[in-house]
Amino acid sequence: MTAVATTDTGDVRRPLGGRLRISTAWFGAAPFLVYTAAFLLLPAVLVVVGAFSGPGGPTLSNLAQLDQPYIVSAFESSLVLSAVSAAIGAVVGAILAYTVASGPPDGIMRRLVTALCGVLSQFGGVTLAFAFIATIGTEGFIVVWLQQHGINFYPNGVWLFSLTGLTLIYCYFQIPLMVIVFMPALDGIRPQWREATETLGGSTWHYWRYVAGPLLLPGFLGCWLLLFANAFSAYATAAALLDIGGIIVPLQISRDISSEVGLDQSSLAAALALGMVVVVAVITVLYSGLQRRTARWLP
Amino acid sequence: MNKTVVRGARFAMAALVLVAATACGSSSTNSSYSTATSDAAFGGMSGLVKAAQAEGQLNVIALPLNWANYGSIISDFEAKYGIKVNQANPQGSSQDEVNAVKSEAGTSKAPDVLDIGMAVAWANTSLFAPYEVAEWSDIPTGQKDPNGLWYQDYGGYMSIGYDSSKYTVTSVASLLTPAFKSAVALNGDPTEANAALNGVMMASLANGGSLSNIAPGVSFFKQLNAAGNFVPVTATAATIDNGTTPVVFDWDYLNSASVVNLPSWKVYVPSSAVLGGYYAQAITKTAPHPAAARLWEEYLYSATGQNLWLQGGARPVEMTAMQANGTLNQTYAAALPPVSGSPVTMTQSDAAAAAAYLASNWSAAVGS
Repeated sequence: MTAVATTDTGDVRRPLGGRLRISTAWFGAAPFLVYTAAFLLLPAVLVVVGAFSGPGGPTLSNLAQLDQPYIVSAFESSLVLSAVSAAIGAVVGAILAYTVASGPPDGIMRRLVTALCGVLSQFGGVTLAFAFIATIGTEGFIVVWLQQHGINFYPNGVWLFSLTGLTLIYCYFQIPLMVIVFMPALDGIRPQWREATETLGGSTWHYWRYVAGPLLLPGFLGCWLLLFANAFSAYATAAALLDIGGIIVPLQISRDISSEVGLDQSSLAAALALGMVVVVAVITVLYSGLQRRTARWLP
Repeated sequence: MNKTVVRGARFAMAALVLVAATACGSSSTNSSYSTATSDAAFGGMSGLVKAAQAEGQLNVIALPLNWANYGSIISDFEAKYGIKVNQANPQGSSQDEVNAVKSEAGTSKAPDVLDIGMAVAWANTSLFAPYEVAEWSDIPTGQKDPNGLWYQDYGGYMSIGYDSSKYTVTSVASLLTPAFKSAVALNGDPTEANAALNGVMMASLANGGSLSNIAPGVSFFKQLNAAGNFVPVTATAATIDNGTTPVVFDWDYLNSASVVNLPSWKVYVPSSAVLGGYYAQAITKTAPHPAAARLWEEYLYSATGQNLWLQGGARPVEMTAMQANGTLNQTYAAALPPVSGSPVTMTQSDAAAAAAYLASNWSAAVGS
């Protein structure tokens, strides 16, 4: 602030005006800030407080419980599920987005795919789980239809109600989400760059390896992280599909706060939630780093 | 939906409820009703009915309509007394009921009455208001709190329900055979749901375990999972109808209810493992409709209420007394699934030991 004032041309009213502008900006943002405080900050603070409090005051014993084998394995499963479904979603979604983005910008195809992806990326929960159970569940219509034609859909046992099944179902909303979030990055790639590569004698391989690839990579990885966080925090779909065994962290949390057999452990649930917050915080830091890199090149 | 962190949402809800609680204040009820320990405080049944009708409403929670005939019970109560029954969170667990009592205390939406598993009843007696229904002496001594804080209401035996058009169940061990590929399910996660914990305990009893040792039950489900026979889906009326869970461990009265939609559904209670279990009623201290809450209990423990549970395949707690005084509906009693062998029931310490063992061993046994 002082640096600005000294390099200024001597108009003493400038800093005052600047300060006034800031306060008006705060006033305009107040509803947003109140909303964020109530629905993001307050829950986060409650989670942290809960994770460090026990019956006898502040304690580290909740966090110490996180190294139990079943909790470690739930975190592993959550991370694998998120990473794999995000990877499949990112690759397939990027290819789909590229196909659409290389068409005319106002074409019917593009508008159709974007609209459809907007809807499908938010499709989840009980409806989505049921859709899969009705289609490829043990009595699902594809399974039954194949059975009638002598084909066993599940020769090695039913995998729908496992981490594999969950990964497949998550892809259902991850792929459309990727199309939506990756499209702007693809739109930022200018055809002139390709022409420039060709003018300089470069092949398609050279273009992707040295021009488009490096430009798109930070954006692609950023989108992958977004998809990762999306899968990591998902609860309803998993709860509707396989709520026995608590194989992923959100299911463990739900179990800890609603157990009716005397295992009500809301403090452990808060510790688990804190673990999730830490994972998402790491993702957010990585994501913002990649965003900065992407923003250097793309409009 | 898929992006919702439910934990956060629940905290936010709790915050909102707190705000709402301070805004609403308490409703206008006679405070002496909250401490009434029998209908004498109202000058008898007719006084209780009048006071309850003045309140006009009753808040119940976690009562699925197809659970022990609650659908009929609620509509009959509403018709008989002209009191509106507000139902919250029908699929909730007993712990969800208690959580709601704490988080909604002081609001007009707080639960008036609870129907809870014994583990939760034992752990939360400080939330209950003592009350003794007119038929108090008909409830066996071991099945009620001596101070009237809770009183068991109905129960049954752990059973295996199955679609007889596809399977025949003659023993617990037979479920491990390849014929039961992806077929066997529980009613919830045993670390969370009381019915599921009893399902694992029943498997334990059938495999050499005891009421104080649930480990053989966990290893049975581990084998079941390894054989590819276990379906990690909570069995509901819907999953039974659509064939996702054709073989289900559950209370006999809940399994019996599935016959309505699936005529080939049968209920089997293994004679080597007859495990009984009862739920309990309690009135909350913070009940916004204290008179209606007490009338609800009087109704449930009258012959009408008890026989409605019996109609739903559950064994009402006053069954023995009603058999003796001739008020038991014989048609409903005859329709109960046949049980042979000597029934056993977990004590408070059995249940706590089983839950503790499951907490650290269940996920590892069935997690994929």
